[in-house]
Amino acid sequence: MLLRDIAHTRTGDKGNRSTLSVIAYNPKDFALLEQQLTAERVRAHFAGLVNGPVERYDLPQLGALNFVMHNALGGGVTRSLALDAHGKCLSAHLLTFVLE
Amino acid sequence: MDKQVLRIGAGAGYAGDRIGPAVELAEKGQLDYLVFECLAERTIALAQLERSKDAAAGFDPMLQARMRAVLPTCIDQGVRIISNMGAANPLQAGHAVLAVARELGLPQVKVAVVLGDDVLATLTQSGLSLPLQESTQTLADLQDRLISANAYLGAEALLPALTTDAQVIITGRVADPALFLAPLMHHFGWAANDWTRLGKGIVVGHLLECAAQITGGYFADPGYKDVPHMAELGFPLAEVSASGDAVITKVADSGGCVTVATCTEQLLYEIENPARYLQPDVVADFSQVALTQSGPDRVQVTGGQGHPRTDTLKVTLGYRDGFIGEGQMSYAGPGALARGQLALDLVRQRLARAGYGAFEGRYDLMGVNAIFGPCSPASPEPAEVRARVALRVPTWPQAQHVAHEVEALYTNGPAGGGGASRSVREVIAAAAVLVPRSAVKTSTVMLTQDH
Repeated sequence: MLLRDIAHTRTGDKGNRSTLSVIAYNPKDFALLEQQLTAERVRAHFAGLVNGPVERYDLPQLGALNFVMHNALGGGVTRSLALDAHGKCLSAHLLTFVLE
Repeated sequence: MDKQVLRIGAGAGYAGDRIGPAVELAEKGQLDYLVFECLAERTIALAQLERSKDAAAGFDPMLQARMRAVLPTCIDQGVRIISNMGAANPLQAGHAVLAVARELGLPQVKVAVVLGDDVLATLTQSGLSLPLQESTQTLADLQDRLISANAYLGAEALLPALTTDAQVIITGRVADPALFLAPLMHHFGWAANDWTRLGKGIVVGHLLECAAQITGGYFADPGYKDVPHMAELGFPLAEVSASGDAVITKVADSGGCVTVATCTEQLLYEIENPARYLQPDVVADFSQVALTQSGPDRVQVTGGQGHPRTDTLKVTLGYRDGFIGEGQMSYAGPGALARGQLALDLVRQRLARAGYGAFEGRYDLMGVNAIFGPCSPASPEPAEVRARVALRVPTWPQAQHVAHEVEALYTNGPAGGGGASRSVREVIAAAAVLVPRSAVKTSTVMLTQDH
Protein backbone atom coordinates (compact mmCIF):
# COMPACT_ATOMS: atom_id res chain seq x y z
CA MET A 1 0.00 0.00 0.00
CA LEU A 2 1.23 3.49 -0.82
CA LEU A 3 1.03 6.35 1.64
CA ARG A 4 -1.10 8.11 -0.97
CA ASP A 5 -3.92 5.62 -0.34
CA ILE A 6 -4.40 6.67 3.29
CA ALA A 7 -2.87 10.10 3.78
CA HIS A 8 -2.31 13.51 2.24
CA THR A 9 0.74 15.74 2.53
CA ARG A 10 1.82 19.40 2.24
CA THR A 11 5.26 20.99 2.21
CA GLY A 12 6.36 24.41 3.34
CA ASP A 13 9.74 26.11 3.49
CA LYS A 14 11.66 27.76 6.31
CA GLY A 15 15.12 28.89 5.34
CA ASN A 16 16.97 25.81 4.14
CA ARG A 17 14.50 23.49 5.85
CA SER A 18 11.47 21.83 4.32
CA THR A 19 8.47 21.19 6.54
CA LEU A 20 6.28 18.28 5.53
CA SER A 21 2.96 17.36 7.09
CA VAL A 22 1.37 13.94 6.67
CA ILE A 23 -2.32 13.68 7.52
CA ALA A 24 -4.39 10.50 7.67
CA TYR A 25 -7.68 10.70 5.75
CA ASN A 26 -9.14 8.43 8.42
CA PRO A 27 -8.01 8.97 12.02
CA LYS A 28 -7.96 5.18 12.45
CA ASP A 29 -4.92 5.04 10.18
CA PHE A 30 -2.85 7.37 12.34
CA ALA A 31 -1.39 4.47 14.32
CA LEU A 32 -0.03 2.97 11.12
CA LEU A 33 1.61 6.25 10.13
CA GLU A 34 3.00 6.67 13.61
CA GLN A 35 4.50 3.22 13.53
CA GLN A 36 5.92 3.12 10.01
CA LEU A 37 6.69 6.67 9.03
CA THR A 38 9.71 7.16 11.26
CA ALA A 39 11.98 10.16 10.80
CA GLU A 40 14.77 7.82 9.64
CA ARG A 41 12.60 6.19 6.98
CA VAL A 42 11.45 9.54 5.70
CA ARG A 43 15.06 10.66 5.53
CA ALA A 44 15.92 7.52 3.57
CA HIS A 45 13.01 8.16 1.19
CA PHE A 46 14.49 11.59 0.41
CA ALA A 47 18.11 10.38 0.26
CA GLY A 48 20.11 12.66 -2.03
CA LEU A 49 17.49 15.40 -1.84
CA VAL A 50 17.57 16.01 1.91
CA ASN A 51 21.08 16.33 3.22
CA GLY A 52 20.45 16.94 6.92
CA PRO A 53 18.62 15.31 9.80
CA VAL A 54 14.86 14.83 9.86
CA GLU A 55 12.71 15.50 12.93
CA ARG A 56 9.17 14.29 13.53
CA TYR A 57 6.42 15.86 15.63
CA ASP A 58 3.24 13.92 16.38
CA LEU A 59 -0.25 15.45 16.46
CA PRO A 60 -2.50 12.47 17.23
CA GLN A 61 -5.65 14.59 17.69
CA LEU A 62 -5.24 15.74 14.09
CA GLY A 63 -4.18 12.33 12.80
CA ALA A 64 -1.04 14.08 11.60
CA LEU A 65 2.73 13.90 11.68
CA ASN A 66 4.89 16.93 11.01
CA PHE A 67 8.41 16.47 9.66
CA VAL A 68 11.19 19.02 9.53
CA MET A 69 13.84 18.13 6.95
CA HIS A 70 17.09 20.03 7.39
CA ASN A 71 19.45 21.12 4.61
CA ALA A 72 16.78 20.25 2.09
CA LEU A 73 16.35 23.30 -0.13
CA GLY A 74 19.67 24.05 -1.81
CA GLY A 75 20.42 26.89 0.58
CA GLY A 76 16.84 28.12 0.84
CA VAL A 77 14.37 29.67 -1.57
CA THR A 78 16.21 32.96 -1.90
CA ARG A 79 19.43 31.43 -3.28
CA SER A 80 18.53 27.93 -4.48
CA LEU A 81 19.31 26.97 -8.07
CA ALA A 82 16.51 24.42 -8.12
CA LEU A 83 13.53 24.69 -10.46
CA ASP A 84 11.26 24.24 -7.42
CA ALA A 85 13.21 26.41 -5.01
CA HIS A 86 10.48 26.23 -2.32
CA GLY A 87 10.36 22.46 -2.40
CA LYS A 88 6.59 22.71 -2.96
CA CYS A 89 6.66 19.48 -4.96
CA LEU A 90 8.42 17.44 -2.28
CA SER A 91 5.13 16.54 -0.58
CA ALA A 92 4.18 14.43 -3.59
CA HIS A 93 7.37 12.38 -3.38
CA LEU A 94 6.43 11.12 0.08
CA LEU A 95 3.09 9.87 -1.27
CA THR A 96 5.04 7.06 -2.98
CA PHE A 97 6.30 5.78 0.40
CA VAL A 98 5.40 2.08 0.67
CA LEU A 99 3.56 1.04 3.83
CA GLU A 100 3.82 -2.57 4.92
CA MET B 1 -16.81 46.25 22.23
CA ASP B 2 -20.37 45.00 21.89
CA LYS B 3 -19.69 42.52 19.12
CA GLN B 4 -19.27 39.00 20.47
CA VAL B 5 -17.81 37.65 17.27
CA LEU B 6 -15.22 39.38 15.13
CA ARG B 7 -15.19 38.53 11.44
CA ILE B 8 -11.78 38.74 9.77
CA GLY B 9 -11.17 37.91 6.13
CA ALA B 10 -7.98 37.16 4.20
CA GLY B 11 -7.76 39.35 1.10
CA ALA B 12 -4.43 38.06 -0.20
CA GLY B 13 -2.09 35.25 0.72
CA TYR B 14 0.95 36.48 -1.20
CA ALA B 15 2.10 39.46 -3.22
CA GLY B 16 0.74 38.23 -6.52
CA ASP B 17 -2.54 36.83 -5.25
CA ARG B 18 -5.81 37.14 -7.14
CA ILE B 19 -7.92 40.23 -6.53
CA GLY B 20 -11.41 38.97 -7.42
CA PRO B 21 -11.86 36.74 -4.36
CA ALA B 22 -10.95 39.66 -2.08
CA VAL B 23 -13.68 41.75 -3.66
CA GLU B 24 -16.18 38.91 -3.19
CA LEU B 25 -15.16 38.61 0.46
CA ALA B 26 -15.43 42.36 1.03
CA GLU B 27 -18.89 42.44 -0.55
CA LYS B 28 -20.43 39.32 0.98
CA GLY B 29 -18.35 38.45 4.04
CA GLN B 30 -20.00 40.89 6.49
CA LEU B 31 -16.47 41.50 7.64
CA ASP B 32 -15.05 43.68 10.36
CA TYR B 33 -11.50 43.46 9.00
CA LEU B 34 -9.95 42.49 5.68
CA VAL B 35 -6.25 41.61 5.89
CA PHE B 36 -3.87 41.53 2.92
CA GLU B 37 -0.65 39.61 3.59
CA CYS B 38 1.69 40.33 0.71
CA LEU B 39 5.26 40.23 1.99
CA ALA B 40 7.49 37.20 1.40
CA GLU B 41 10.90 36.80 2.99
CA ARG B 42 12.96 38.71 0.44
CA THR B 43 10.25 41.01 -0.92
CA ILE B 44 11.37 43.89 1.28
CA ALA B 45 14.95 43.63 0.01
CA LEU B 46 13.71 43.81 -3.59
CA ALA B 47 11.46 46.72 -2.64
CA GLN B 48 14.40 48.47 -0.96
CA LEU B 49 16.31 48.26 -4.25
CA GLU B 50 13.33 49.89 -5.99
CA ARG B 51 13.26 52.61 -3.36
CA SER B 52 16.98 53.26 -3.78
CA LYS B 53 16.25 54.08 -7.45
CA ASP B 54 13.06 56.05 -6.78
CA ALA B 55 12.28 57.56 -3.38
CA ALA B 56 8.53 57.29 -4.05
CA ALA B 57 8.73 53.55 -4.80
CA GLY B 58 9.44 50.53 -2.64
CA PHE B 59 5.91 49.46 -1.72
CA ASP B 60 3.83 46.66 -3.19
CA PRO B 61 3.24 47.33 -6.91
CA MET B 62 -0.29 45.87 -6.67
CA LEU B 63 -1.30 48.11 -3.75
CA GLN B 64 -3.25 50.61 -5.85
CA ALA B 65 -5.01 47.90 -7.87
CA ARG B 66 -6.07 46.07 -4.71
CA MET B 67 -7.28 49.27 -3.06
CA ARG B 68 -9.19 50.40 -6.15
CA ALA B 69 -10.96 47.04 -6.11
CA VAL B 70 -11.99 46.85 -2.45
CA LEU B 71 -11.91 50.36 -0.99
CA PRO B 72 -15.38 51.52 -2.07
CA THR B 73 -17.07 48.43 -0.59
CA CYS B 74 -14.94 48.45 2.55
CA ILE B 75 -15.64 52.12 3.25
CA ASP B 76 -19.34 51.62 2.51
CA GLN B 77 -19.63 48.62 4.83
CA GLY B 78 -17.23 49.78 7.53
CA VAL B 79 -14.64 47.07 6.88
CA ARG B 80 -11.20 48.12 8.07
CA ILE B 81 -8.22 47.10 5.94
CA ILE B 82 -4.88 45.96 7.35
CA SER B 83 -1.93 45.21 5.08
CA ASN B 84 1.84 44.86 5.02
CA MET B 85 1.89 46.14 1.44
CA GLY B 86 3.98 49.06 2.71
CA ALA B 87 7.02 46.80 2.21
CA ALA B 88 10.14 49.00 2.18
CA ASN B 89 8.20 52.27 2.04
CA PRO B 90 5.06 52.20 4.21
CA LEU B 91 4.72 55.97 4.30
CA GLN B 92 4.61 56.30 0.50
CA ALA B 93 2.23 53.35 0.41
CA GLY B 94 -0.05 55.25 2.78
CA HIS B 95 0.00 58.29 0.49
CA ALA B 96 -0.73 56.01 -2.46
CA VAL B 97 -3.83 54.69 -0.66
CA LEU B 98 -5.00 58.26 -0.09
CA ALA B 99 -4.45 59.03 -3.76
CA VAL B 100 -6.59 56.05 -4.73
CA ALA B 101 -9.26 57.18 -2.27
CA ARG B 102 -9.27 60.68 -3.84
CA GLU B 103 -9.56 59.17 -7.29
CA LEU B 104 -12.53 57.08 -6.11
CA GLY B 105 -14.26 60.09 -4.54
CA LEU B 106 -13.69 58.91 -0.98
CA PRO B 107 -12.12 61.96 0.68
CA GLN B 108 -13.04 60.71 4.14
CA VAL B 109 -10.50 57.90 4.03
CA LYS B 110 -7.78 58.05 6.68
CA VAL B 111 -4.70 55.88 6.69
CA ALA B 112 -2.56 54.92 9.67
CA VAL B 113 1.00 53.90 8.84
CA VAL B 114 3.05 51.78 11.23
CA LEU B 115 6.77 52.49 11.10
CA GLY B 116 9.80 51.06 12.84
CA ASP B 117 10.46 47.66 11.29
CA ASP B 118 13.36 49.06 9.24
CA VAL B 119 16.40 48.63 11.52
CA LEU B 120 19.13 48.79 8.86
CA ALA B 121 20.68 51.99 10.24
CA THR B 122 20.56 50.74 13.83
CA LEU B 123 22.15 47.40 13.01
CA THR B 124 24.91 48.76 10.79
CA GLN B 125 25.82 51.17 13.58
CA SER B 126 25.64 48.86 16.57
CA GLY B 127 24.70 45.32 15.55
CA LEU B 128 27.60 44.10 13.44
CA SER B 129 28.66 41.46 15.95
CA LEU B 130 25.23 39.77 15.90
CA PRO B 131 25.51 36.12 14.82
CA LEU B 132 23.59 35.09 11.70
CA GLN B 133 21.09 32.29 12.26
CA GLU B 134 21.88 28.97 10.55
CA SER B 135 25.44 30.22 9.97
CA THR B 136 28.82 30.68 11.62
CA GLN B 137 29.08 34.25 10.30
CA THR B 138 28.11 37.56 11.86
CA LEU B 139 26.29 40.55 10.40
CA ALA B 140 29.69 42.15 9.76
CA ASP B 141 30.41 39.49 7.12
CA LEU B 142 27.44 40.69 5.07
CA GLN B 143 27.89 44.40 5.72
CA ASP B 144 29.18 45.44 2.29
CA ARG B 145 26.43 43.45 0.53
CA LEU B 146 23.56 44.33 2.86
CA ILE B 147 20.41 45.85 1.32
CA SER B 148 17.81 45.71 4.04
CA ALA B 149 17.19 44.75 7.66
CA ASN B 150 13.61 44.54 8.86
CA ALA B 151 12.35 43.34 12.20
CA TYR B 152 9.25 41.21 12.38
CA LEU B 153 6.93 43.48 14.37
CA GLY B 154 4.18 42.01 16.48
CA ALA B 155 0.50 42.81 16.82
CA GLU B 156 1.41 45.12 19.67
CA ALA B 157 2.98 47.55 17.18
CA LEU B 158 -0.37 47.82 15.35
CA LEU B 159 -2.51 48.58 18.39
CA PRO B 160 -1.96 52.38 18.38
CA ALA B 161 -3.03 52.47 14.72
CA LEU B 162 -6.14 50.44 15.52
CA THR B 163 -7.22 52.89 18.23
CA THR B 164 -7.37 55.68 15.62
CA ASP B 165 -10.28 56.10 13.23
CA ALA B 166 -8.18 55.09 10.25
CA GLN B 167 -10.00 52.76 7.87
CA VAL B 168 -6.75 51.53 6.34
CA ILE B 169 -3.66 50.44 8.28
CA ILE B 170 -0.43 50.03 6.34
CA THR B 171 2.71 48.38 7.67
CA GLY B 172 6.06 47.12 6.51
CA ARG B 173 7.40 43.89 7.97
CA VAL B 174 5.02 42.41 10.53
CA ALA B 175 4.84 38.73 11.44
CA ASP B 176 2.13 37.43 9.10
CA PRO B 177 -0.24 36.02 11.75
CA ALA B 178 0.16 39.20 13.83
CA LEU B 179 -1.71 41.13 11.11
CA PHE B 180 -4.75 39.07 12.18
CA LEU B 181 -3.96 38.93 15.91
CA ALA B 182 -3.85 42.74 16.12
CA PRO B 183 -7.56 43.39 15.45
CA LEU B 184 -8.46 40.58 17.88
CA MET B 185 -6.37 42.12 20.66
CA HIS B 186 -7.82 45.52 19.85
CA HIS B 187 -11.45 44.44 19.66
CA PHE B 188 -11.58 42.04 22.58
CA GLY B 189 -9.09 43.92 24.73
CA TRP B 190 -6.79 40.93 25.13
CA ALA B 191 -3.83 41.76 27.33
CA ALA B 192 -0.31 41.59 25.92
CA ASN B 193 0.47 38.83 28.42
CA ASP B 194 -2.72 36.81 27.94
CA TRP B 195 -0.61 34.07 26.40
CA THR B 196 -3.42 31.60 25.84
CA ARG B 197 -5.62 34.03 23.91
CA LEU B 198 -2.66 35.42 21.98
CA GLY B 199 -1.74 31.84 21.08
CA LYS B 200 -5.27 31.21 19.86
CA GLY B 201 -5.19 34.42 17.85
CA ILE B 202 -1.98 33.27 16.20
CA VAL B 203 -3.67 29.99 15.27
CA VAL B 204 -6.41 31.97 13.52
CA GLY B 205 -3.90 34.26 11.83
CA HIS B 206 -1.77 31.37 10.67
CA LEU B 207 -4.80 29.56 9.23
CA LEU B 208 -5.89 32.66 7.29
CA GLU B 209 -2.61 34.20 6.19
CA CYS B 210 -2.21 32.17 2.99
CA ALA B 211 -5.79 32.92 1.92
CA ALA B 212 -6.93 30.26 -0.59
CA GLN B 213 -4.53 27.67 0.79
CA ILE B 214 -7.24 26.84 3.34
CA THR B 215 -10.18 26.86 0.93
CA GLY B 216 -8.84 24.26 -1.47
CA GLY B 217 -5.86 25.97 -3.11
CA TYR B 218 -2.54 24.10 -2.93
CA PHE B 219 -4.71 21.12 -1.97
CA ALA B 220 -6.62 19.71 -4.94
CA ASP B 221 -5.48 16.29 -6.15
CA PRO B 222 -8.09 14.85 -8.54
CA GLY B 223 -9.51 11.53 -7.43
CA TYR B 224 -7.97 11.89 -3.98
CA LYS B 225 -8.71 15.43 -2.84
CA ASP B 226 -11.34 16.91 -5.11
CA VAL B 227 -12.20 20.59 -4.69
CA PRO B 228 -15.57 21.82 -6.00
CA HIS B 229 -15.90 24.87 -8.26
CA MET B 230 -12.22 25.56 -8.05
CA ALA B 231 -12.20 28.16 -10.80
CA GLU B 232 -14.23 30.37 -8.46
CA LEU B 233 -12.07 29.55 -5.42
CA GLY B 234 -13.08 31.82 -2.55
CA PHE B 235 -10.91 33.34 0.14
CA PRO B 236 -11.45 32.43 3.81
CA LEU B 237 -12.75 34.31 6.80
CA ALA B 238 -12.74 33.54 10.50
CA GLU B 239 -15.52 34.15 13.00
CA VAL B 240 -13.57 34.64 16.21
CA SER B 241 -15.06 34.70 19.69
CA ALA B 242 -13.72 36.56 22.70
CA SER B 243 -12.18 33.33 24.00
CA GLY B 244 -10.06 33.10 20.83
CA ASP B 245 -11.78 29.99 19.54
CA ALA B 246 -12.94 30.39 15.98
CA VAL B 247 -14.77 29.04 12.98
CA ILE B 248 -13.02 29.11 9.62
CA THR B 249 -15.42 29.49 6.72
CA LYS B 250 -15.94 31.27 3.40
CA VAL B 251 -18.78 33.15 1.78
CA ALA B 252 -21.69 31.14 0.44
CA ASP B 253 -21.57 30.47 -3.30
CA SER B 254 -17.82 30.92 -3.53
CA GLY B 255 -15.86 27.99 -4.92
CA GLY B 256 -13.59 25.67 -3.01
CA CYS B 257 -14.15 24.03 0.34
CA VAL B 258 -13.27 24.46 4.01
CA THR B 259 -12.81 21.05 5.58
CA VAL B 260 -10.88 19.52 8.46
CA ALA B 261 -8.43 18.27 5.82
CA THR B 262 -7.79 21.70 4.26
CA CYS B 263 -7.49 23.25 7.73
CA THR B 264 -5.09 20.59 9.00
CA GLU B 265 -2.79 21.05 6.02
CA GLN B 266 -2.75 24.79 6.53
CA LEU B 267 -2.36 24.56 10.32
CA LEU B 268 0.93 22.70 9.84
CA TYR B 269 2.09 24.66 6.77
CA GLU B 270 5.63 26.00 7.32
CA ILE B 271 5.47 24.97 10.98
CA GLU B 272 8.43 23.28 12.61
CA ASN B 273 7.85 22.36 16.25
CA PRO B 274 4.07 22.80 16.58
CA ALA B 275 4.39 23.39 20.32
CA ARG B 276 6.75 26.33 19.85
CA TYR B 277 5.78 28.60 16.99
CA LEU B 278 7.89 31.65 17.74
CA GLN B 279 6.05 34.90 17.20
CA PRO B 280 6.86 38.46 18.28
CA ASP B 281 3.86 38.55 20.64
CA VAL B 282 3.79 35.02 22.00
CA VAL B 283 5.22 31.55 21.61
CA ALA B 284 2.15 29.96 20.07
CA ASP B 285 1.42 26.30 20.76
CA PHE B 286 -0.49 24.38 18.08
CA SER B 287 0.17 20.97 19.62
CA GLN B 288 -3.32 20.60 21.14
CA VAL B 289 -5.35 22.32 18.43
CA ALA B 290 -8.48 20.39 17.51
CA LEU B 291 -10.48 20.86 14.30
CA THR B 292 -14.14 19.87 13.93
CA GLN B 293 -16.42 20.11 10.92
CA SER B 294 -19.35 22.07 12.38
CA GLY B 295 -21.23 22.55 9.12
CA PRO B 296 -20.69 22.73 5.36
CA ASP B 297 -17.51 24.76 4.78
CA ARG B 298 -17.31 25.50 8.49
CA VAL B 299 -14.50 24.22 10.70
CA GLN B 300 -14.40 24.89 14.42
CA VAL B 301 -10.91 25.59 15.78
CA THR B 302 -10.20 25.05 19.48
CA GLY B 303 -7.29 24.15 21.71
CA GLY B 304 -4.73 26.78 20.72
CA GLN B 305 -2.35 27.70 23.49
CA GLY B 306 0.43 30.17 24.12
CA HIS B 307 3.52 30.67 26.24
CA PRO B 308 5.44 33.82 27.22
CA ARG B 309 7.14 35.57 24.33
CA THR B 310 10.93 35.58 23.95
CA ASP B 311 13.15 38.61 24.64
CA THR B 312 14.21 39.02 21.04
CA LEU B 313 12.74 39.88 17.66
CA LYS B 314 13.75 38.25 14.40
CA VAL B 315 15.26 40.53 11.77
CA THR B 316 15.42 39.45 8.13
CA LEU B 317 18.44 40.71 6.26
CA GLY B 318 18.45 41.06 2.50
CA TYR B 319 21.86 40.92 0.86
CA ARG B 320 23.39 40.60 -2.59
CA ASP B 321 24.64 37.11 -3.26
CA GLY B 322 25.86 37.02 -6.84
CA PHE B 323 23.87 36.23 -9.96
CA ILE B 324 22.07 33.25 -11.43
CA GLY B 325 22.36 32.58 -15.11
CA GLU B 326 19.90 30.04 -16.48
CA GLY B 327 19.01 28.59 -19.85
CA GLN B 328 16.58 25.96 -21.08
CA MET B 329 16.10 24.04 -24.33
CA SER B 330 13.54 21.38 -25.32
CA TYR B 331 13.97 18.06 -27.13
CA ALA B 332 11.12 15.80 -28.23
CA GLY B 333 10.33 12.57 -29.99
CA PRO B 334 12.55 9.52 -30.44
CA GLY B 335 15.83 9.91 -28.56
CA ALA B 336 14.64 13.01 -26.70
CA LEU B 337 16.20 11.79 -23.47
CA ALA B 338 19.60 11.04 -25.04
CA ARG B 339 19.65 14.35 -26.90
CA GLY B 340 18.67 16.24 -23.75
CA GLN B 341 21.42 14.52 -21.81
CA LEU B 342 23.93 15.29 -24.58
CA ALA B 343 22.88 18.94 -24.43
CA LEU B 344 23.59 19.06 -20.69
CA ASP B 345 26.95 17.34 -21.13
CA LEU B 346 27.99 19.79 -23.84
CA VAL B 347 27.09 22.84 -21.79
CA ARG B 348 28.84 21.41 -18.76
CA GLN B 349 32.05 20.80 -20.74
CA ARG B 350 31.96 24.20 -22.44
CA LEU B 351 31.40 25.99 -19.13
CA ALA B 352 34.17 24.00 -17.46
CA ARG B 353 36.60 25.02 -20.22
CA ALA B 354 35.59 28.64 -19.72
CA GLY B 355 36.55 28.38 -16.05
CA TYR B 356 33.04 27.94 -14.60
CA GLY B 357 33.62 24.43 -13.24
CA ALA B 358 33.89 25.46 -9.60
CA PHE B 359 30.61 27.38 -9.47
CA GLU B 360 27.55 25.75 -7.94
CA GLY B 361 25.28 24.60 -10.73
CA ARG B 362 22.30 22.47 -11.69
CA TYR B 363 22.01 20.37 -14.84
CA ASP B 364 18.43 19.11 -14.98
CA LEU B 365 16.19 17.36 -17.45
CA MET B 366 12.73 18.76 -16.86
CA GLY B 367 10.20 15.97 -17.23
CA VAL B 368 12.76 13.48 -15.92
CA ASN B 369 14.66 14.61 -12.85
CA ALA B 370 14.48 18.39 -12.39
CA ILE B 371 12.32 18.19 -9.27
CA PHE B 372 13.20 15.00 -7.41
CA GLY B 373 16.83 14.75 -8.61
CA PRO B 374 18.42 11.53 -7.36
CA CYS B 375 15.03 10.42 -5.95
CA SER B 376 13.38 10.48 -9.38
CA PRO B 377 11.72 7.19 -10.28
CA ALA B 378 12.87 5.34 -13.40
CA SER B 379 10.32 5.96 -16.12
CA PRO B 380 9.81 5.06 -19.79
CA GLU B 381 11.23 7.29 -22.50
CA PRO B 382 9.47 10.65 -22.13
CA ALA B 383 7.76 12.20 -25.15
CA GLU B 384 9.71 15.37 -24.51
CA VAL B 385 12.33 16.75 -22.14
CA ARG B 386 13.60 20.21 -21.38
CA ALA B 387 17.27 20.62 -20.56
CA ARG B 388 17.90 23.22 -17.88
CA VAL B 389 21.20 24.64 -16.70
CA ALA B 390 21.48 27.11 -13.82
CA LEU B 391 24.69 28.40 -12.23
CA ARG B 392 25.29 30.87 -9.41
CA VAL B 393 28.20 33.11 -10.38
CA PRO B 394 29.76 36.31 -8.97
CA THR B 395 29.01 38.72 -11.82
CA TRP B 396 26.26 39.65 -14.28
CA PRO B 397 28.40 39.02 -17.42
CA GLN B 398 29.26 35.53 -16.16
CA ALA B 399 25.56 34.80 -15.63
CA GLN B 400 24.88 36.04 -19.16
CA HIS B 401 27.58 33.71 -20.44
CA VAL B 402 25.86 30.72 -18.80
CA ALA B 403 22.53 31.62 -20.38
CA HIS B 404 24.22 32.13 -23.77
CA GLU B 405 25.88 28.74 -23.68
CA VAL B 406 22.48 27.08 -23.37
CA GLU B 407 20.88 29.17 -26.08
CA ALA B 408 23.82 28.44 -28.41
CA LEU B 409 22.75 24.80 -28.38
CA TYR B 410 20.46 25.86 -31.23
CA THR B 411 23.34 25.69 -33.71
CA ASN B 412 25.98 23.93 -31.62
CA GLY B 413 23.99 21.20 -29.90
CA PRO B 414 21.96 18.05 -30.54
CA ALA B 415 19.39 17.72 -33.32
CA GLY B 416 15.99 19.26 -32.94
CA GLY B 417 16.59 21.56 -29.98
CA GLY B 418 13.84 24.17 -29.74
CA GLY B 419 12.21 26.79 -27.58
CA ALA B 420 15.28 28.18 -25.87
CA SER B 421 14.74 30.49 -22.95
CA ARG B 422 17.29 32.35 -20.90
CA SER B 423 17.26 34.40 -17.75
CA VAL B 424 19.78 36.32 -15.71
CA ARG B 425 18.97 37.68 -12.29
CA GLU B 426 20.71 39.06 -9.26
CA VAL B 427 20.40 36.87 -6.20
CA ILE B 428 18.96 38.76 -3.27
CA ALA B 429 19.38 36.30 -0.46
CA ALA B 430 17.88 36.40 3.01
CA ALA B 431 19.56 35.81 6.35
CA ALA B 432 18.35 36.45 9.87
CA VAL B 433 19.56 37.76 13.20
CA LEU B 434 17.83 38.08 16.56
CA VAL B 435 17.86 41.53 18.16
CA PRO B 436 16.78 42.69 21.62
CA ARG B 437 13.27 44.13 21.63
CA SER B 438 14.72 47.43 22.82
CA ALA B 439 16.52 47.83 19.46
CA VAL B 440 13.17 48.23 17.69
CA LYS B 441 11.11 51.40 18.18
CA THR B 442 7.77 51.63 16.43
CA SER B 443 5.53 54.61 15.72
CA THR B 444 2.26 55.40 14.00
CA VAL B 445 1.67 58.18 11.48
CA MET B 446 -1.84 59.32 10.53
CA LEU B 447 -2.43 60.41 6.96
CA THR B 448 -5.52 62.32 5.86
CA GLN B 449 -6.41 64.21 2.70
CA ASP B 450 -5.41 67.53 4.32
CA HIS B 451 -1.77 66.51 4.59
